[in-house]
Amino acid sequence: MNTPIYFDYAATTPGDPRVAQKMSECLLAEGKFGNPASRSHKFGWEAEEAVEIARRQVADLINCDPREIVWTSGATESDNLAIKGVAHFYKGKGKHIITSKIEHKAVLDTCRQLEREGFEVTYLEPNSDGLTTPESVEAAIREDTTIVSIMHVNNEIGVTNDIAAIGEITRKHKVFYHVDAAQSAGKIDIDLAELKVDLMSFSGHKVYGPKGVGVLYVSRKPRVRLEAQMHGGGHERGMRSGTLATHQLVGMGEAFRIAKEEMHEEGARIIALRTRLWDGLKDLEEVYISGDMDHHVPGIINISFNFVEGESLIMSLPDIAVSSGSACTSASLEPSYVLRALGLNDEMAHSSLRFSIGRFTTEEDIDAAIKQVHAAVDKLRELSPLWDMFKDGVDMDKIEWAAH
Amino acid sequence: MAYSDKVLDHYEKPRNVGKMDADSDDVGTGMVGAPACGDVMRLQIKVGDDGVIQDAKFKTYGCGSAIASSSLLTEWVKGRTLSEAEGIKNTEIAEELALPPVKIHCSVLAEDAIKAAVKDYRDKHLLQESSAQESGSQENDSQENKSAAAS
Repeated sequence: MNTPIYFDYAATTPGDPRVAQKMSECLLAEGKFGNPASRSHKFGWEAEEAVEIARRQVADLINCDPREIVWTSGATESDNLAIKGVAHFYKGKGKHIITSKIEHKAVLDTCRQLEREGFEVTYLEPNSDGLTTPESVEAAIREDTTIVSIMHVNNEIGVTNDIAAIGEITRKHKVFYHVDAAQSAGKIDIDLAELKVDLMSFSGHKVYGPKGVGVLYVSRKPRVRLEAQMHGGGHERGMRSGTLATHQLVGMGEAFRIAKEEMHEEGARIIALRTRLWDGLKDLEEVYISGDMDHHVPGIINISFNFVEGESLIMSLPDIAVSSGSACTSASLEPSYVLRALGLNDEMAHSSLRFSIGRFTTEEDIDAAIKQVHAAVDKLRELSPLWDMFKDGVDMDKIEWAAH
Repeated sequence: MAYSDKVLDHYEKPRNVGKMDADSDDVGTGMVGAPACGDVMRLQIKVGDDGVIQDAKFKTYGCGSAIASSSLLTEWVKGRTLSEAEGIKNTEIAEELALPPVKIHCSVLAEDAIKAAVKDYRDKHLLQESSAQESGSQENDSQENKSAAAS
């Protein structure tokens, strides 16, 4: 077993060896290194063919027309292009946007920027399970709303929103619907022929593909028009200029092809691993899962270990690579905005770890993690004055803590 | 984030972890911070009749730097007088542990903790002296002290 053991697949995934092989065929002089936009020679034609195969592979996983795929540099750019592109293009119709408080920063910061430009944004509160309800979306839609952006799977807690139902609402009200699907593609089914979703963002590197490449799905029927954010040679039907990075696109295409073939089998295996992990940890006292486990992506589980602070927990788990909702892992000193929006108090948010499991996780990895987490939590609780007080039956809500 | 060797050393082998009887006359307790902020330190000192700190214990909920700051502090205060202990500055702790700027608040908390523990001890003895003079009950007073230190 290699240590540290990787439990951060929601942050990024290692590339699949089959992906790396395909990518390496597009770099050197003897490979498909040409500019896909070169129409006058074989080098360009070969590269263009490779890009179009990749485009079809991505479209196949999410069941859409390849012409609805716009290549970008990643899900962040896709989110920016979708929301700013629609908001700017349709600003004559209205300047109101709806999103949720627990979207990825790529969506939230894009909305903040639009607010600075004079747009108005409604940030919906998720319920305590982390779900944004279709009813709350409908209640927020106004005459001047142009776009709703509600994610498919939340990156911190792994819950899945009912994007089909939200799409019915937005379509009924003739408002565009954008979905950040960076965490769901290749993990759970996405059928864009059925879903009433107008724009959807995807990432290559969350699906065992390369970093630096993503896709924005832009629906043709009904037609969505976007104001380009990047100007240049008019690539991607003018929506996103810039020479196509053949090797990246081919990598993402191969990654999505593999996902289509293997995701159901892989999902079942990953759910079994996630269950094994929770079964091994739930007997620790005062541990809680955040988010609705009935509407959940297989690979993510967010666990709070009460009376233990997240950063010190991570510090005592040097052989496990996980991510924490604690303040101290970021420069901001604020605990996870996602967990707080769910109504978790700050101390529970500080005490959380996100385990994300993926293609290369084994049962041995899970068992090693269980053992190490037990030892770390026991050690830190031994050190924790809050654990002492809990054991002594002190009601900590009644103490007037001096905030600092 | 990379931790200094000294932080890691204190974190891996924390010194003087434990709990003293907060109601005991010769013990001063300082509890500072808040769970919501991700840091709570409880520092306790046992003081001799000569005003010298004989023993110190801590428990800390917080990041590695907070644990290291309080562990170091327990080592430093032993053998010092109350006023010497009170004079310990957070900058000395931060320097000794090579804390990065984002972790300076951990050393500030440690300074607050020793100040609060010394104050708790002094308050107890002030009350004892005054109640000895008035020969009144001291039981309730020391209870109030304890909650003041916690707030």
